[in-house]
Amino acid sequence: MPTVAPLDLEGHCVAAVFLGDVPHFALADGAVHRLDHGHKTIQANDGLLAAFHDAANDRLITGGEDGKIYSVTAGGSFQELASGGKKWITSVAAGPQGAIAYASGKTAFVRFADGKTREFTHPRSVEGLAFSPKGMRFGVARYNGATLHFPATEGKPAELEWAGAHTGITFSPDGAFLVTTMQENALHGWKLADGKHMRMSGYPGKVKSLSWSAKGKWLASSGAPAAIVWPFSGKDGPMGKAPLELGTRGNAMVTAVACHPSQDVVAVGYDDGMVMAVRFSDAKEVLLRRPGKGAITSMMWDKEERRVVFGSAAGDCGVIDITA
Amino acid sequence: MSDAQTQIPVTVLTGYLGAGKTTLLNRILSENHGKRYAVIVNEFGEIGIDNELIVESDEEIYEMNNGCVCCTVRGDLIRVVEGLMRRPGRFDAIVVETTGLADPVPVAQTFFMDDDVRSKTRLDAVVALVDAKHLPLRLKDSREAEDQIAFADVVVLNKTDLVTPEELAKVEATIRAINPAAKIHRTTRAGVALSEVLDRGAFDLSRALENDPHFLEAHDDHDHHDHDHHDHDHNGHDHHHHAHPSDIHDVTVQSVSLRGGEMDPKKFFPWIEKITQMEGPNILRLKGIIALKGDDERYVIQGVHMIIEGDHQRAWKDGEKHESRLVFIGRELDAERLKKSFDACQAA
Repeated sequence: MPTVAPLDLEGHCVAAVFLGDVPHFALADGAVHRLDHGHKTIQANDGLLAAFHDAANDRLITGGEDGKIYSVTAGGSFQELASGGKKWITSVAAGPQGAIAYASGKTAFVRFADGKTREFTHPRSVEGLAFSPKGMRFGVARYNGATLHFPATEGKPAELEWAGAHTGITFSPDGAFLVTTMQENALHGWKLADGKHMRMSGYPGKVKSLSWSAKGKWLASSGAPAAIVWPFSGKDGPMGKAPLELGTRGNAMVTAVACHPSQDVVAVGYDDGMVMAVRFSDAKEVLLRRPGKGAITSMMWDKEERRVVFGSAAGDCGVIDITA
Repeated sequence: MSDAQTQIPVTVLTGYLGAGKTTLLNRILSENHGKRYAVIVNEFGEIGIDNELIVESDEEIYEMNNGCVCCTVRGDLIRVVEGLMRRPGRFDAIVVETTGLADPVPVAQTFFMDDDVRSKTRLDAVVALVDAKHLPLRLKDSREAEDQIAFADVVVLNKTDLVTPEELAKVEATIRAINPAAKIHRTTRAGVALSEVLDRGAFDLSRALENDPHFLEAHDDHDHHDHDHHDHDHNGHDHHHHAHPSDIHDVTVQSVSLRGGEMDPKKFFPWIEKITQMEGPNILRLKGIIALKGDDERYVIQGVHMIIEGDHQRAWKDGEKHESRLVFIGRELDAERLKKSFDACQAA
């Protein structure tokens, strides 16, 4: 029976992650709490809007209302990486070789590990950012599509067009597919080799959480009363195939998803704070946490595949130990 | 899940450069009214007050992918409101300042069309600042100035000290011709009582039109409802009525005010649905109080383009005339056809 170690905080949890095996909770006010032999806190941004877990460097990249970008690492240390002025930093991402990207208004910035920075200005707002897992390449979600930049070279950006507002972006772990979340209740995808479109719609709500399963075989998503899990193992991705619907509930919406690091299992968080783990093969469900005070906003599995850290919109966060 | 109690009110300030938006904003931020405001601006510009809750945002208009050309929202507002609402304890209300040339429609529609924004905030009112001296010129060179007035719940007619009483009367008549339903305040230095621009509940069906018990009554003598710039000079002679907007050549927005008795709900609802579906792109705003046959409560409706909302508001008072009043503000409205089809919805 899973056990939950709760951590009741005040405010909206933007990101719940493991750094050096220690659960960390980054809140909208900029405080980053951790359960490291007791409850400890650091204050990075003055107002935190965006956070990205940089797995390769075991750090959390944060951007905020103060226009600053921080790197938060285990043990409570944090470092300012960049400052963009008075404007809000609305999106952050981490990429290969220690590079990070961040966005403010219509401009995306890439900061390389040596501190050198490049700016990429767009005709419209930069809504979302993601690095490709391969090569120095990053994608920008924008109105009417996505733009791919190659920041290490002077190469021209590649434009991917699809009508509508694209708000978030992710690459498949093998770099073959690019998927965006949209202002309308849908995902859009491109097969990068040939630019083929993939339209994934039918959600009753906006999709705000995406998670690739082990080896990128599946893409789990929120935005429905079930976790909607699209098959990406075929060469054309999910086209012509139906998604799995896992953890369906009649009276709640899925707000966050986090795939298991090695198995075909997804942790599903709901708007009432419930968390379940569901297996893809037989849709078997295990209750991990009963409903709480607020919608689940963020989850992550630890490396040992034993614990799930979760954050909520109301601040009732915690760590679930599934082996206990 | 938020409920109505926790929805943060949002006031939208429109108006041309120089009309006095910044002056009004500075007053909202500095006057002692016991409320804290988060302000979303296009540029930090001249707001002289240091306030961490002033957020700069690039106006970003998104067409919704649903085939409807008038379904536009402000994408940047969705993001900023979402960010602000993650820390709701910091402020009591939000003010959105638009650029001088801004179309107010996407701003307003954001608060109806985006589920996340709608669950956490509610549009309180659209306030247009108008420069009394320069309005005639603005109307000549832009459509936005007219749209801003047409769309407003409250018009602050500012800089009245820079014009003669005759000019002022004419400007006010022009505003009235564009928008007979808005409340107009004459001011200098944007000196309107803040209670007249904030917390108006103009989109709140339970309060809508209650602010103005004489909704569509006060100006009936001007008979604006079938006025537009095509027929204004048919009369061939001067009117003696000083406020008649007979020389407004640059107004393309018209309003159609309809009055009737009790309506047959089986006819009225399909009618209003059809009108807003078909004429939606031409309708900027609509507001109305409807007396439904056999219903002892007033029914109020309001709409923006194709979005329409209606609800029972309150019981008819003793002795109150059971009358239906409806105003459409828009372009290329067929007043005759609207009137005829509206009349046909009346209960036998």
